Amino acid sequence: MTTPLRGVRRAGSAALLAELADLADVLALRAALERERPEGVRELVAAARTLLVTYDPAVTGQDRLSRTVAERAAALPEQGGPATQETDYDTLVVPVRYDGPDLADVAELTGRTVREVIDRHTAPLYTVAFAGFMPGFGYLVGTDPVLHLPRRSEPRTAVPAGSVAVAGGFTGVYPRSSPGGWQLLGSTDVPLWDEDRTPPALLVPGRTVRFEETT
Amino acid sequence: MTLQDMDTVARTVEILTPGPLATVQDLGRPGWSHLGVSRSGAADTTSLTLANRLVGNPEDAAGLEITFGGLRARLRLRRPDGTPATGYLALTGAPCPATVNGRPAALDAPVPVRDGDVLSLGMPSSGLRTYLAVRGGLTPPPALGSRATDLLSGTGPAPLRAGDTLPLGDPTHPMPGVDHAPRSAPPTEFLLRVWPGPRDDWFEEPSLKTFFTTRWEATSKSNRIGIRLAGPALRRCRTGELPAEGMVRGALQVPPNGLPVLFLTDHPVTGGYPVIGVVHEDDLPLAGQIPPGAGIRFSAAR
Repeated sequence: MTTPLRGVRRAGSAALLAELADLADVLALRAALERERPEGVRELVAAARTLLVTYDPAVTGQDRLSRTVAERAAALPEQGGPATQETDYDTLVVPVRYDGPDLADVAELTGRTVREVIDRHTAPLYTVAFAGFMPGFGYLVGTDPVLHLPRRSEPRTAVPAGSVAVAGGFTGVYPRSSPGGWQLLGSTDVPLWDEDRTPPALLVPGRTVRFEETT
Repeated sequence: MTLQDMDTVARTVEILTPGPLATVQDLGRPGWSHLGVSRSGAADTTSLTLANRLVGNPEDAAGLEITFGGLRARLRLRRPDGTPATGYLALTGAPCPATVNGRPAALDAPVPVRDGDVLSLGMPSSGLRTYLAVRGGLTPPPALGSRATDLLSGTGPAPLRAGDTLPLGDPTHPMPGVDHAPRSAPPTEFLLRVWPGPRDDWFEEPSLKTFFTTRWEATSKSNRIGIRLAGPALRRCRTGELPAEGMVRGALQVPPNGLPVLFLTDHPVTGGYPVIGVVHEDDLPLAGQIPPGAGIRFSAAR
């Protein structure tokens, strides 16, 4: 039997870091651990190739939890399955004004017209893979391979709130103004983070998202 | 004014001077990492929970985390009918000169106070963060289930300013029979146990050795997010970028300049630089007391 697990590393006295082949496997392992949480597990933090599992050291331990994680990983279906998880959420439609300051650069970098960049960005059904960087910032997978671009060589000191951007194969939306190095394609007025609502984030892991052009 | 309005007005802590940095802290908001929010809460949880126990509060009640002392605050303690009442406060953590209405107030002990009393704190003689618990606990509106100020995400109450008024809750537990819980003051050189990894294999063997033999120094570019260390630059044996991965409190992340950053309570949820080691969970409250200029040594946890 093959396992997508590439290794399990200790991350201190109360966490371990599971390494996987790719993001699809990370999301599949996270889903498996969420469906049936091993005893003592506190939080699961997914990222591009890793899943951080924090735990209560009074309840479980590094060796025991490593074994459980390895078993769950080995039991995953081959190919990791689709990135989309079952969630209680419908597809979020985000209206975007494609007027970002990097739109022309992106067209030039990809050798396409601005029109084609917009069409390629609005076509896919995206999935929120994981969150991080700042509250409510979701890393969305599903971006057209043509738009898989690196970060800008010089990050901006202030990216405006609502900026819709691509970098490293992901699409993201800045919930509020912050420094950032992603390529800015456009902007939206959708409030992505509201602490008075449950959940506070609209871009929760597993949710599907579409971007719709608006003026 | 309704009876309830009078009650909320009647029991408050008024900030006269916050000092360099004073924030509301409890034990934080676990369970939101998947949305990009780390736990936050008191940097020295041991001191906050002790302060709460000394005044008969639940351990996770909100108190003040006072960095570098310098705070002045007035206690408003009135009954619903407006008549003056009494209460208790406790100060723990970094020991600093403290007075209530000009009279010395004991540390690590419940201090009886009356309506209108003014608490004044000087500079801590060791350590960095002093904790103030008031009987009943501070009750500003919670965000995501916690009253903790998270300086990275901006979640929770803003850092306190002169003129801010914080409501106090009603006591829920009887006062404890304890009148003093002496603790040793924070040291001037800090020894922290560290588990190597998860990315210790990104560093040259001599640098791993250097990490554990160096007397690092906490720089002034430190805060609740992390402590930037000064010392010999650690050298990587790998080039290339690490895809961002989940970070824990206590992680020692090493950016390209080779100087570790020790992540504290408001740390980012993910990070893209290799983590050479992680401070043992039991030593994190001590790490929350490291002032700029202090020496830090790491020993291998086992």
